[in-house]
Amino acid sequence: MTPELIERMTELSKQASGFIYPNELDVHWSIMIVLYPYLTGLVAGAFILASLVKVFNVKELQPTYRLALLTALAFMLIAPLPLQLHLGHPQRSWEILVSPNPTSAMAMFGFVYLWYLMIVLLLEIWFAYREDLVRLAQRERGPMRWLHRLLTMYSNDVSERAVAFDHKAVHVITIIGIPSAFLLHGYVGFIFGSIKANPWWSSVLMPIVFLFSAIVSGIAMVMLLYMIITPLRGKHIDMVCLDKIASFLFYAVIVDFSLEALDFIHRLYESEESIEILSDLVMNKLMLSLVILQVFLGMIVPFLIMVLIKVLRLDEELRRLLYFLSAILIQLGIFSTRWNVVIGGQMFSKSFRGLTTYKMEFSGLEGLLTAIVVLSLPLIILAILIKILPPWDDQREQPVEVQAQT
Amino acid sequence: MNRRNFLRRFVSALGLSVSGAVVGALPARGAAEHEPAGRNYGMGIDIEKCIGCGRCMDACTTENNVPQPFFYRTWVERYVMKNDGNVIVQAINKEGEQPVDPATEHDVLRSFFVPKLCNHCEHPPCVQVCPVGATFKTGDGVVIVDDTRCIGCRYCIQACPYGARYLHPERKTADKCTFCYHRVSKGLLPACVEVCPTQARVFGDLNSTASPLTRLKRMFKIHVLKDHLNTEPKVLYANLDGEVR
Repeated sequence: MTPELIERMTELSKQASGFIYPNELDVHWSIMIVLYPYLTGLVAGAFILASLVKVFNVKELQPTYRLALLTALAFMLIAPLPLQLHLGHPQRSWEILVSPNPTSAMAMFGFVYLWYLMIVLLLEIWFAYREDLVRLAQRERGPMRWLHRLLTMYSNDVSERAVAFDHKAVHVITIIGIPSAFLLHGYVGFIFGSIKANPWWSSVLMPIVFLFSAIVSGIAMVMLLYMIITPLRGKHIDMVCLDKIASFLFYAVIVDFSLEALDFIHRLYESEESIEILSDLVMNKLMLSLVILQVFLGMIVPFLIMVLIKVLRLDEELRRLLYFLSAILIQLGIFSTRWNVVIGGQMFSKSFRGLTTYKMEFSGLEGLLTAIVVLSLPLIILAILIKILPPWDDQREQPVEVQAQT
Repeated sequence: MNRRNFLRRFVSALGLSVSGAVVGALPARGAAEHEPAGRNYGMGIDIEKCIGCGRCMDACTTENNVPQPFFYRTWVERYVMKNDGNVIVQAINKEGEQPVDPATEHDVLRSFFVPKLCNHCEHPPCVQVCPVGATFKTGDGVVIVDDTRCIGCRYCIQACPYGARYLHPERKTADKCTFCYHRVSKGLLPACVEVCPTQARVFGDLNSTASPLTRLKRMFKIHVLKDHLNTEPKVLYANLDGEVR
């Protein structure tokens, strides 16, 4: 054992309280495993927002449709990275795909991930962009022309019939995509919810709570990105669109909050064997991240702000400011939710007699710095994607889609 | 056999063999590489006999080269039940030296030691969750880890209700008690059983009618840990107290 590890474990053993099983000193799933459900949640949520346009025909959201798709893709591409960084033997991770254990929830990850990435996201984006790509390739010169031509996969037909087929394909893929997005994130909830050894995780509500918190975080993320990128492009934010997104965000927050409240009340009312240690956990270890960040700042405050906006007829400037604030608070809140599930679930002993603590590394593969890098990578990828696949309707040669719909 | 019957049989035989091939191909290779010995191993522990000397822990560490300190394949818990209803639990340290007793004799209702180790469950949650089948149950009921296949995801550590697993700090793979499989398969006893001075631990085949384990089952009322989780542990405790989790 390295001296660093001995020092770390000695420090942890000083901070543990009550009785914990001797092997429980260290928290095994680090901040990397917090990032994983956070990132996939953003993917699922952003996709649900995009699907509102295509399946439920919410036309006001059209300006964010493609941005939402690209956001989902950017976060999706990075989602497996924290898992990979966390593994003791990352070079063996392909074994999950070639020799999966059929009873393992985690073994299904690769398949769910590939299904969602290949069948849903990439295919939908391709159909949604094909016509634009053809037109862009006709207009441009140099490497971009070749890139766009390559991306069309040499399918250059932009006749009315072909474009109508694209629209139909997008519609069908979105219909398949909604249950797939539910699967993607519900499945992540199942990974935790199915661990009967851990009363903090083991709950049939877990996949559903994960799902709705995912929708909340994804919608808030697209809203945030739209509000940041639009002024940077020197354009005006479409307030009808923004109000509509905020509306959906508001409903999603209500459902999410109700589900989490239900989970809380249910646990409290049933008062099982584990209730004492779980209340100790909340009061001693999760006061800041659960009570203050997740519930108060991440949920109640943005909820009240949105009620305020709905009740008072505030002017645009103030509305924008308040929406922006809510979206940031919601991101903070959902990140804390993931933290409280993953880290919180490992800070009490399965003997229900004591608590341990989590000491995050600063540098190192599973440290804070890596986490910041992993979190910023999707934004860099998104910036590149926006360059290659411009998501803005106002830049399109012929806004055929809008014409066709109106 | 008319043509219809022939076709029906042919198709069902084809279906069976295809599904058989699929089911056979799916579980990870590890399971097939170990020859079962036709036994069902288990351990019995008599709480009344344990004196908390910690020699089982020493023997285990030496025999299995368990990384030192902080990691345990087996350990011993000390329970002190006080008159006021409080229970103090401590893990005794590896030297067998007792930690400072916070209770005076006057306060104590009773106290006892509980040796712990992997329960080698009949329905092991760790085996269920392992994504690559690196941890598996051998034909003779012992749950072991193949460290050449373990990817170090630590899902099994999360799924074990007994805290029996840890991540080996050098190998970066899951590690745990093997019932000293390398000894047992040669007809020897696990190291902890071998050295126990009071025979608090006994080992044997649960299928056998004449093993020390069967005798323990006959002589005592038996409890297992966290029965409600339906893992069906094969570490059987005699004289276990309800406080022990």
